[in-house]
Amino acid sequence: MTDQATDGFVPTQSKSKGASAGGALGLGKKDLRLFLLVVAMCAFAPFILNPFPEGSGLAQFNAGYPDLMQRFVIFGIFAIGFNILFGLTGYLSFGHAAFLGVGSYAGIWMMKLLTLNVIPAIIGSIVVAGLFAAIVGFISLRRSGIYFSILTLAFAMMSFALAYSVLTPLTGGETGMQLQYFDPRILDAPLPEGQTPRASLFGLEMAASYELEVGRWLFTFNAGYYIAAIAMLIAFYGSIRLFNSPFGMMLRAVKSNQNRLSYTGISPKPYTLAAFIISGMYAGLAGGLLVAMDTQVGAERMFWTASGEVVLMTILGGAGTLIGPVLGAGFIKYFENIVSKINKSVLEGWFAWMPDWMTDVTVTIIYPFVGKGWHLTLGILFMAVVIFLPGGLVQGGQKLATVLRRDRKSKDAERDAAIQRQAGE
Amino acid sequence: MGILEVTGVNKRFGGLQALDDVNLNVEENTVHAIIGPNGAGKSTLLNCFVGRLTPDTGTVMFDGQSLIGRKPYEINQMGVSRVFQTPEIFSDLTIIENVMIPSFAKRDGAFKLSPFAAVRAETEIREHAEQMLLDVGMADKKDMDASAMSRGDKRRLEMAMCLAQNPKLLLLDEPTAGMARADTNNTIDLLKQIAESRPITFVVIEHDMHVVFSLADRISVLAQGHVIVEDDPQFIKGNPKVREAYLGDAHD
Repeated sequence: MTDQATDGFVPTQSKSKGASAGGALGLGKKDLRLFLLVVAMCAFAPFILNPFPEGSGLAQFNAGYPDLMQRFVIFGIFAIGFNILFGLTGYLSFGHAAFLGVGSYAGIWMMKLLTLNVIPAIIGSIVVAGLFAAIVGFISLRRSGIYFSILTLAFAMMSFALAYSVLTPLTGGETGMQLQYFDPRILDAPLPEGQTPRASLFGLEMAASYELEVGRWLFTFNAGYYIAAIAMLIAFYGSIRLFNSPFGMMLRAVKSNQNRLSYTGISPKPYTLAAFIISGMYAGLAGGLLVAMDTQVGAERMFWTASGEVVLMTILGGAGTLIGPVLGAGFIKYFENIVSKINKSVLEGWFAWMPDWMTDVTVTIIYPFVGKGWHLTLGILFMAVVIFLPGGLVQGGQKLATVLRRDRKSKDAERDAAIQRQAGE
Repeated sequence: MGILEVTGVNKRFGGLQALDDVNLNVEENTVHAIIGPNGAGKSTLLNCFVGRLTPDTGTVMFDGQSLIGRKPYEINQMGVSRVFQTPEIFSDLTIIENVMIPSFAKRDGAFKLSPFAAVRAETEIREHAEQMLLDVGMADKKDMDASAMSRGDKRRLEMAMCLAQNPKLLLLDEPTAGMARADTNNTIDLLKQIAESRPITFVVIEHDMHVVFSLADRISVLAQGHVIVEDDPQFIKGNPKVREAYLGDAHD
């Protein structure tokens, strides 16, 4: 191919034109701005997510505690990876949780057999999930559309069933897998009997936190969160680069018109398979990080609802957009952890200022939508987004920005008109 | 020896003999038209050249290599491009991206894993694509979404996509189907200009006699899956066999 690579091409006049339009890190200006914004948000998340003082009535809306912040970024990675497959190629995998679960099991075994350091665990998760994705993808990608989705779903449910029962020696079955003090761990010194093994990064424990009190506010800086956030930023950066690469363009072409692509000299199959594997590796990374944070795995991590969740996250945030999946993941995890905690007594506390009968009525009306009923609110929101904002929350943001801009413009125009009128009088 | 040699090609769909011992010899750097009444097997024949269909028997040789059993993308990589009867483009992409994809295919082959390369830095590919759009008169629309185009523009875009690969053989399936007269004439002019300025061999399937006789250097007439005549244009009109099979048929 290389010897005929340049024939038919016109000689180029200005080679630097395209390259000079970019910013640093090999990103365009717009993407660089987005990336830096996400970096800043990750760095200051402990502040941003804890806007309410401790002990105040609104403190339960604070999301700035380590466990939830870790979930935000880890599921962000999961959704970013899913979006590389679904957002670009249009192939809707309904079994992506399988790769998350396989990654988790691979990670915990690395921590049992090798070392408590999270680096080998995470690398192991990515590699094993990638290999598993290669097998599943090779078979599932023989079909497209709904048949592809069903095949991936079948694989995920098979993985779940195997992990839950048949492969109990490997997966711990119903009880799942935990780290034990007597695990072999050939690279680490043995732990004293009865001590709980803790995951670490070269001695820095994942659970290590530094708490900062500012007046009535309490901010927690957690090592595990920052490690997961760095992983998320690397994953996000990789996804931006991929979206802007010729490879990403081919994936969009696959979604747009596979027929044309074959008659244009491109073989769509390896492209979709590569996207599937990359996407599986992202899920593996997320699975590995989950294990690194809580040092346990259960088969329910691969259940079909977990696969469905990542589909919801991606569509809710905006499939095919860069930041959408991260937003969607954050949104859903926030609902799952915060809105679900609003119970009846909390509601009664909020509406205590009303007359008694009114409090009862209000609480009765709102109650089904919060607490255990958070799924209901999420479902309604999801429907609203799909119907009114098919481009997800990202499209919502863009629409809002357009409206605001138009508003400002029309105000400017009014003012100009007023000045002209005055001048005319 | 021609660039495309078809010998003894048969294709049967159930009880229908779609192609019956078809022989065809397309000389390099000519415009070879294949005409024939509806259902004569023109599209079936074309599909045998591009890898969509495999003939039951017979050989299809392109540039000394057999095309039988190859996949569409492999055949394209050998230097065969095609324009569809209904324009096939990437409607979710911009116009310039539509033309960049075939350029990438030409340079990088059927698959290249390059998730960290930047399209932005591919100045050569972009400028080449811009040149192709200029050649078909669409340079001003390069950043538009491809879905927003008229049918005529889509066809011109498809042409630019094919030209971007600098093919040895360009297959056109009714390039003026569904076009108004003015558009048809523009297309004829464009094709003539391409045929004169580039070393490309054309195989054109066409209904419209006006188009055929303005373009073709050589014409094969297909009727009921069989090539009844292959000759230069000036002898086709007067040929009694053609009158009987094609024109006569059209008068029914």
